[in-house]
Amino acid sequence: MSPSTNKIVTLLFTTIALFITAFTSLLANATEEVNVYSYRQPFLVKPLFDKFTESTGIKVNVVFAKKGMSERLAREGEYSPADILLTTDISRLIELQERNLLQVNNSAILTSVIPSQYRSTDNTWFALTTRVRNIYSAKRLGAVNINYEDLADEKYKGRICTRSGKHAYNVALVSSMIAEHGEAETLVWLEKFKANLARKPQGNDRGQVQAIHQNLCDISLGNSYYFGKMLVDKKQKVWADAVNINFPNQSNRGAHVNISGMGLAKYSPNIKNAKMLMDFLASKPAQQLYAHTNMEYPVRTDVAPSALVASWGKFKADKLSLEIIAKNRQLALKLIDRARFDL
Amino acid sequence: MLPLLVLISEGISASTDLFSHLWQTVLPDYISNTLLLGTFVVLLSVCFGVISAALIVHSNVAGKAILRWLLMLPLAMPAYLVAYLYTDLFDYAGPVQRTLRLWFNWQNFNDYWFFDIRTLGGASIIIALVLFPYVYMLARTAFELQDQNLLKASRLLGLSAKQSFFKVALPLARPAIAVAASLVLMETLADFATVQYFAVNTLTTAIYDTWLGYSDLATANALASILMLFILFTIVAEQRARAGQAHQSNRINKIHQIIILSNTAQIFASGFCWLLAITGFILPFILLLLMAWEYSTIEQFFALIPSATNSINVAFWAASLSVVFALLFTLFKRLSTDKWRYLPMQISGFGYAIPGTVLAMAMMSTFAPIDYMINDIAKFFNYSPPGLILSGSIFAIIFAYTVRFAAIANGTIDSGIKQIPRSIDFAPASLGVNLSTMLTKVHLPLLKPSIWVAWLLVFVEAMKELPAVLLLRPFNFETLSTKIYQLISDEMLEQGALGAIFIVLLGLLPIIWLNRNKDNTSQ
Repeated sequence: MSPSTNKIVTLLFTTIALFITAFTSLLANATEEVNVYSYRQPFLVKPLFDKFTESTGIKVNVVFAKKGMSERLAREGEYSPADILLTTDISRLIELQERNLLQVNNSAILTSVIPSQYRSTDNTWFALTTRVRNIYSAKRLGAVNINYEDLADEKYKGRICTRSGKHAYNVALVSSMIAEHGEAETLVWLEKFKANLARKPQGNDRGQVQAIHQNLCDISLGNSYYFGKMLVDKKQKVWADAVNINFPNQSNRGAHVNISGMGLAKYSPNIKNAKMLMDFLASKPAQQLYAHTNMEYPVRTDVAPSALVASWGKFKADKLSLEIIAKNRQLALKLIDRARFDL
Repeated sequence: MLPLLVLISEGISASTDLFSHLWQTVLPDYISNTLLLGTFVVLLSVCFGVISAALIVHSNVAGKAILRWLLMLPLAMPAYLVAYLYTDLFDYAGPVQRTLRLWFNWQNFNDYWFFDIRTLGGASIIIALVLFPYVYMLARTAFELQDQNLLKASRLLGLSAKQSFFKVALPLARPAIAVAASLVLMETLADFATVQYFAVNTLTTAIYDTWLGYSDLATANALASILMLFILFTIVAEQRARAGQAHQSNRINKIHQIIILSNTAQIFASGFCWLLAITGFILPFILLLLMAWEYSTIEQFFALIPSATNSINVAFWAASLSVVFALLFTLFKRLSTDKWRYLPMQISGFGYAIPGTVLAMAMMSTFAPIDYMINDIAKFFNYSPPGLILSGSIFAIIFAYTVRFAAIANGTIDSGIKQIPRSIDFAPASLGVNLSTMLTKVHLPLLKPSIWVAWLLVFVEAMKELPAVLLLRPFNFETLSTKIYQLISDEMLEQGALGAIFIVLLGLLPIIWLNRNKDNTSQ
């Protein structure tokens, strides 16, 4: 090694050593805190946590991942630092509950403000927001009155776009179809739906709306909040402007609804703070913030959705229990495999 | 190695029910996709890498001085980003097809034919564009270090320049190319995010489906083990095929005879190299710059600095540790007389063939019991339990990277040591020098170029790595890749472009620096 390389290496080592010291001392100095394992993106929940810290002085620590969070919690066991789990999609909450990784939180606030359809009967998990699995249709079709069942209708042959059938949002929808129509009929529906696709399932929910804008298809499946988010994105606004957002099955059981939610970790080390944060997330100010920044529907009936979301109109939600949706998940996946939906 | 054994042992209890369901429905397609993808990507990367390396070393291809390092740069691009950029670009709704429709007044897809990017073929080409630099770098180094006397001799014996390349230079570079190809193969097969953009379902899809969808981690581990065995088989088969071939000369002539290309050949040759550089690096990088220009602010750039520091920190340690371990394994393999001397190196190399998240979980299964033991001991001595020390720490991430990227460091340093004549190993005995003096005075200086390449490759890979760091990290710990992932997973790639540029630039610095370093030493 030349002397200059030596110098650089020494310098690097020193910086790194300093950095590590700074980092560990930061951890040691933490006072009142609460630890969150989040399936939700930090930038979505950070404004909420900042507000909580501002009013209580309790620091909120977050680690975010989408795959393997429950395995991490399970392996950490009784020494896990996690206090609260934040998730999207009902099946993840139920998985945590079934693996006995959550504990009961009989908070009077939570049980009174969150409708019973949107929390577990044993008070281990609670929804915070709801989102609809909407059907987007091209404006060129005019007003349509559509049911999920119509996705299998031959008149849409080659005109439907969707993301992977095995994405959690689509799996939950298929689970609700099984609850309504049974296994055999749902498989037939899936096969016909598959035959109607304009292209192999691909991309994300926004990409399907883009495809409608480009006249590749007329109909797509997508969560409600993406419509709002596309409308405020400078590049994507034209896509959203090309479609209508439809709430399916309004004349019968109602539109399929999924949730984002939370649970108290079984071995929560900061249980007092954790309960405070959970109550806070269900409070009116937090629910309003959720509604405005994420364009989701607040779970509280006394908090209105954002003006934009409200402008899409009131809708009837499917009353099917979320626990049944989660229970049907594996069967739904098997049917999706059997229909070779993604291939 | 330990995490890999944990993985296999967890796979043994797999349920046969789920396996037979998958087998009857989608698994055969996944397997054939996996085989085809692996074959295409390896073939394409070897073509891209070997041809460009040969042109750079053996010909007067135009722009050689720039191309020499430009062709390494695609490596700094995270594959999932390039995949996203290209699928977005060539999609039906993407700008290319939109413009064509506008120009020719085509109404819809019935009016014209355009290739579908979201196919096995599209995925193979794009992945090869990102991964070929492995082949290019190792093949180029091999060509440069070859004894030119051999090539000269072959010419004297009446072979044409072309023949002597195919009959002498290429076979001599085969071990290096094979190492690079196996890295490409492992990276391709362990990948999930990239193939997902292309809507191509592979064995990795099945691994994630069984684990996350069917909540059956055991079957997922079993599938991951099958993947690992498949790769093991391929690599061993290749090694068997060239067993017994060895060449070393003690006085190496490094003066290269440059082939002067004819005008037509020059156009094709430089066109080929520039096309690789443009499609693999320049074009996607410009697309990222445009996105960042449109969607980001300078404040956001400064806000990324702490994450960048974390990325560098983790990547630096991972690269350094991997190199140290690789040196130990390589020297053991070289100097030991034990009949199992190849084993540690081979086994440690398979971390690269396992999907990142699956490896991360094996890592957790390894650390959790150790953490529990520490707590039990503390309790036994009446101390308050310290909680989890290893799980969810920066150490866990660095350890995971060292396991994951061992194959890269091992392969690179091992192909380097093969260039050192065996006769040197026997020198100390005759000169009365002890082993450690010999290693520090002779082997390490000779291995220096390979050590740098290995360090660099692991550093760049660790900067890009996502699934393991995502799952293993401590609270509030963000790297550039986790920052980008947050945005991509909310369908906001545009906002993530800035972080991606940061990753690419930080990956570029060592590549360029290394290249200067090498140029200086070679002069």
